[in-house]
Amino acid sequence: MNNNNYYLNPGLPQPVATPLDEPYWAGLRNDQLLVQRCNQCNTWQWGPECICHQCHSSDLTFTATPTQGIVYSYERVWHPVQPALLEQLKNEGAYLVVLVELPQAGNIRMLGNLLGDPHQQVDIGARVEGVYEHHEDAEPVYSLLQWQLK
Amino acid sequence: MSNTMRGQVAIAGVGETAYYKRGEAPESEFKLALDAIIAACTDAGIAPQDVDGFASYSNDRSDPSHLSAALGCKELRFANMQWGGGGGGASAAVANAAAAIHAGIADTVVVFRALAQGQFGRFGQGLRRNTIAGDFAHTIPYGVMSPAQMFAMKVVRFMHDHGVAQAALRAISLACYHHAQANPRAIMYGRPLDEQSYDDSRWIVKPFHLYDCCLENDGAAAMILVSAQRAKDMPNKPCYVLGAVAGSQYRAGASVHNTPDYASSSFKTLAPRLYDMARVQPKDIDVLQSYENFTGGVLMSIVEHGFCEPDACNEFFVKENFISPTGGLPLNTSGGNLAECYMHGLGLNLEAVRQIRGESTSQVKGADVSMVISGPMVTPVSSCIFGSEATL
Repeated sequence: MNNNNYYLNPGLPQPVATPLDEPYWAGLRNDQLLVQRCNQCNTWQWGPECICHQCHSSDLTFTATPTQGIVYSYERVWHPVQPALLEQLKNEGAYLVVLVELPQAGNIRMLGNLLGDPHQQVDIGARVEGVYEHHEDAEPVYSLLQWQLK
Repeated sequence: MSNTMRGQVAIAGVGETAYYKRGEAPESEFKLALDAIIAACTDAGIAPQDVDGFASYSNDRSDPSHLSAALGCKELRFANMQWGGGGGGASAAVANAAAAIHAGIADTVVVFRALAQGQFGRFGQGLRRNTIAGDFAHTIPYGVMSPAQMFAMKVVRFMHDHGVAQAALRAISLACYHHAQANPRAIMYGRPLDEQSYDDSRWIVKPFHLYDCCLENDGAAAMILVSAQRAKDMPNKPCYVLGAVAGSQYRAGASVHNTPDYASSSFKTLAPRLYDMARVQPKDIDVLQSYENFTGGVLMSIVEHGFCEPDACNEFFVKENFISPTGGLPLNTSGGNLAECYMHGLGLNLEAVRQIRGESTSQVKGADVSMVISGPMVTPVSSCIFGSEATL
């Protein structure tokens, strides 16, 4: 972790909500994970779509779900493709990205960073829990959802 | 399969520009496209004015109306763009061109791709802007923004599920570099790669070493397609299109890495259709060109096209198996995207034609059936099979 308590150094493009995913970003601001669920057939869906892929209903609700997940896959990134990460990768060597499956939300997957030592062993199938990363100094402010091993 | 286009269309000519390092082409992208098309016409023994159709992919910037005007083509009858990014459209462009000829929409169709990254910016680079909205807002802030970063997790999961060792990926890279040493067109001609250099090379994104990643190049490549009947009277040995398919599996395009069948190169639904159309089986393929954006994509492509069981990769993916002419499945015999040139994969299609014509720099003796797999892990992807007259 850098001095700002963000997993990745500042300077990457920062997320801006669209009408489609605005409730998700607003939820993260309030330490809540809200993802799409169809009110007609109960299908969970991620990323956000304007209709349910199962029954085509437009009646979708951003529904709270626990940030309890399982590592579905991961990657250890070594090569910086963005100037903002040059110094971090020079100092720390790598950063970790995890693809996390959420069993309590229809096994949808979310992508985030795995907090802790970027050189730690990562096991597919490991249990992880969410950690909200609030970027209070950003303009406009936003929050990300990161993960740590349970 | 009724009304198949199997054997109805042939590649009559191929052409390319010199291949350059990224950003080093001395000409504009449009001029590169024209040069490759003219070279392909010359090879086919036709006048560029007779081209009446153009097919490309990945939002190629050289517009068919503009090309047709610049070449003085008598008429434009087919202007086709395969949707989707990366190299997934290379064999799809062949399919589209062949379908147009088979259906009587056009007579002489060029499939082409041109790239000048110096003129238009680079692929393998992170986004340089302050904000991001939409699907990428859910990936880029976590440091997932380059193609290598977008695809590595598919390969990690596949290798985990099937116990695949890093040496399997290394074998693909070594085979490409081996073949490039015989090919004077190749960017890596004269720059061989051995196991030690591969192992010592830096990680880009694990499991991809530097040598698991494609080059980035400037240049252009083109192929001329005509009816099988016309091809018989043209100068080159005809290379027939036996089959060509494009697409992807159920919800391959689900965003934020949510496609249900994740650890896949996207070919599981295509391969059976391809073999059905071409009326061949994996054992009939004499030589394979398989698109390497990253070696892990080749790994899954070869499995999904039925050459190897997923749990047998460590035995199948050894360099000797992929070397022409002695290997069981000669692979990327020009050097491919890793070591010849990254022309968004169309160079692989040209090489597949050369194998049928007997003109490869790493020729498989008597190659009658030649296959191309284009752009694994994106959607849509595509693949095609070419054959000699003996296969008709």
